[in-house]
Amino acid sequence: MKTTTFSKTRIVSLAVLAVIFVALALLPTITEGYWLTRISDYMRYAILAVAWVIFSGPTGYMSLATAAFYGLGFYIAAIANGPVPFVAVIIIAGIASFVVALGIGALTLRLRGVYFTMFTFAVVLLINNVVLEVERLVTGTRGRFVETETQAVAYYAMFAVAIITLVSAYMIRRSRHGLALQSIGEYEEAAAHSGINVVRTKVIIFATSSVFMAMAGAIIATRRTYIDPGIAFNMTTSFLPVLMAMFGGMGNLFGPVIGAVVFTELGDQLLTKFPDLYMLIFGLVLILAITFMPNGILGLGQQVWRKMRGGRRAPA
Amino acid sequence: MVVVRDIIITGLLLGGIFALVSVGFSLQYGVGRVLNVSHGEFIMLGSFITFWLLGSANINPLVSMLVSGVFVFAIGWFLYATLFRRLMDTSPSIEAFEGKSMLAAFGLLYVVQNLARIIWGSQTQNVIFLNRTVTAAQIPLNRLVALGVVIVISALFYLFLARTRMGKAIRAAGQDPTTAGLMGVNIHGVLAICFGLGLGMAGVAGSLISTVYAISTSMGLQYTVIAMIVVVLGGLGSVTGAMIGGLVLGVVSQLVTYFQPTMTFIAYYAIFIVLLLVRPKGIMGK
Amino acid sequence: MHLLEGEGVSKHFGGLVAVSDVDFYVDEGEILGLIGPNGAGKTTLFNLISAALKPTTGKITFKGRDLTPLPAFKICRLGIARTFQTVKIFPHVPVLRNVMVGALFGTGKRISSRDAQKKAEEALEFVDLLSLKDLPAGDLVLANQKRLEVARALASDPQLMLLDELMAGLTATEVTEAMGDVRRLRDRGVTVIMIEHVMQAIMNTSDRIVVLDYGKKIAEGTPAEVAANEKVIEVYLGEECDVAS
Repeated sequence: MKTTTFSKTRIVSLAVLAVIFVALALLPTITEGYWLTRISDYMRYAILAVAWVIFSGPTGYMSLATAAFYGLGFYIAAIANGPVPFVAVIIIAGIASFVVALGIGALTLRLRGVYFTMFTFAVVLLINNVVLEVERLVTGTRGRFVETETQAVAYYAMFAVAIITLVSAYMIRRSRHGLALQSIGEYEEAAAHSGINVVRTKVIIFATSSVFMAMAGAIIATRRTYIDPGIAFNMTTSFLPVLMAMFGGMGNLFGPVIGAVVFTELGDQLLTKFPDLYMLIFGLVLILAITFMPNGILGLGQQVWRKMRGGRRAPA
Repeated sequence: MVVVRDIIITGLLLGGIFALVSVGFSLQYGVGRVLNVSHGEFIMLGSFITFWLLGSANINPLVSMLVSGVFVFAIGWFLYATLFRRLMDTSPSIEAFEGKSMLAAFGLLYVVQNLARIIWGSQTQNVIFLNRTVTAAQIPLNRLVALGVVIVISALFYLFLARTRMGKAIRAAGQDPTTAGLMGVNIHGVLAICFGLGLGMAGVAGSLISTVYAISTSMGLQYTVIAMIVVVLGGLGSVTGAMIGGLVLGVVSQLVTYFQPTMTFIAYYAIFIVLLLVRPKGIMGK
Repeated sequence: MHLLEGEGVSKHFGGLVAVSDVDFYVDEGEILGLIGPNGAGKTTLFNLISAALKPTTGKITFKGRDLTPLPAFKICRLGIARTFQTVKIFPHVPVLRNVMVGALFGTGKRISSRDAQKKAEEALEFVDLLSLKDLPAGDLVLANQKRLEVARALASDPQLMLLDELMAGLTATEVTEAMGDVRRLRDRGVTVIMIEHVMQAIMNTSDRIVVLDYGKKIAEGTPAEVAANEKVIEVYLGEECDVAS
């Protein structure tokens, strides 16, 4: 009985996903300009939010370094795009980010979680300052110009990375590494005593999550003609994915995606009219979400759903 | 010789400010278990309150210091009694609370920073106060006064922690909240006061900073990072450690600034990284 | 050669001495009981063996190999598994997957997911929890959670199991069942060291007993010998022993 209803929901959701996939894939042939950029933006933040959840969701180690990896992607695109083919640039950005994240992880993930959080918070400012300094001393410039790509190309690249991110997140979650990560998040000491190499697991998955962030950064950079450290390494880029994941819910992969769409849209609408007010509101929303909806809006939805269904069978 | 003296005085002053900032941060995390990433924003708030009071009502910054301190203390007390208390009550473990409260503080960062930006704009401002130099020594008077204030506050705070009942309660709550509660300490009251104190110190520090340096509504982040580095340097959870760490970092910072001003921040990070590699426990860490 | 041997093992926390110069050993196939008043250092000793803590001085060897430089996960893979005083199962993970963690990561060998699942099911069957395998582990009652911990430890193919107060909080019937479980473990070829306060259980199940008091070993021998030992009687006089019978 139960399995039949389960697979029916399964089939329906897979069908819906397939439709969305096809629609998104064909979009550049139907429209261009405004809507393409908009959907591209949704995808960009969905990538960041989902990538953030890959590591910080199960473990509870809150990474605030998203902006660092994203910005790294920016700079690699700025340095390499043009002479180096676009696809290679994206891949290089991912690899570079992996290496940097390995370093950050190896440094902090063998210590208590609070050190990790503090260092990832500080690292955004650090890399900002370092790049500024390097530019001042070495290249004598401030910021760089980027060889741009067309809107359609960037869109497809973002689409591809979004698919890769979602699929990877799903596969990690289901794999033994996802189980190891979840065990670490629930009881790190017991996980270690059950044979899990806790530090290595954390570091590798943290580094993996950074890859997608850098790729997204590399792609977006090619839609700007000029970038500088302030644009590339901005604390807000670390903040927004957290807000989106918290609001949407970290229980499954749809939560961060929904959060990404909602807040990208909201941000876009408000950006021109109230630039300071909307960030203030976002800050408030994060506080409210953590306080009243710790499982996000999807979690809340699930609770309501369960209450509704259980209501029929519940004893008086 | 003049140079050395200048470096030492400014180093001590900066160190004192760092210590003040970090002791506040340490109180919030060590006792309250809140990693307050918005700490720097309250420093900024203290700076701008002073700026505003001076500009609109010509109030002496030394008085504003008190006003900032009390005002920000009240905000901190209120935040803990409402927001963080609720998070504490709904968290299954202390780790869950630490995670949630850090994220809530992240939200607070954007609230406070943008509130300030709406009210005061994004430009850099200056508080003109005692800008004359003491003729014999060629040191700006405001720096000497600020240094004096820092010393007085630190001494008062140390006495508070060591001698008063509330101070002892705070130390007890920091070491073992459950037992402290069993011993009759009103834990939630103490934690709220502690958090308020920590934040209040940020307000006072901000006030001080505004008399000596230029301020802007985006200045908060760097102070939060400095507080983090100092607290790791001094030892997480140790208030004395935060004081020592602050002084050390301040003097080191002035040395670096003297030789290569733009490298100062990078020096902070180098220290941070070395600490994490070699001795994350810090100076006073257990 | 003893399976596990500790020489001169000590652990100091600043001024506090938790374990002081303890020599111990356990041979293959034995059930060794570790008893002593609260705070005697029993769990600390377990923590030293499983590398949750590093000894201040002394050496611990397993099959001749020095354990002291190794991290906890390596010790599990070498063949020492443990349970905890406060049960540390993964509450939001289904029972079966809890045990699969032990099978996937704790054996020291590469294993396919399918084989890991089979191993996990087998371990669950051993502790009679197979019927509950899809429930979130946090939904289980305490006695079953303890069994789950044993299953997870068992799935890592240990040669030695450290059981920390397996019987705490159990009813009289549950204690008897647990005693049987421990004997079945030994029959399977797993050597056992158990910490217990439930005197009847440990006296009846152990081949040998080591008694700790204030971090020092004060007696060692068969249950009969230890029960008759003057020092042991003195230490337990006035202590509320949990005699569940």
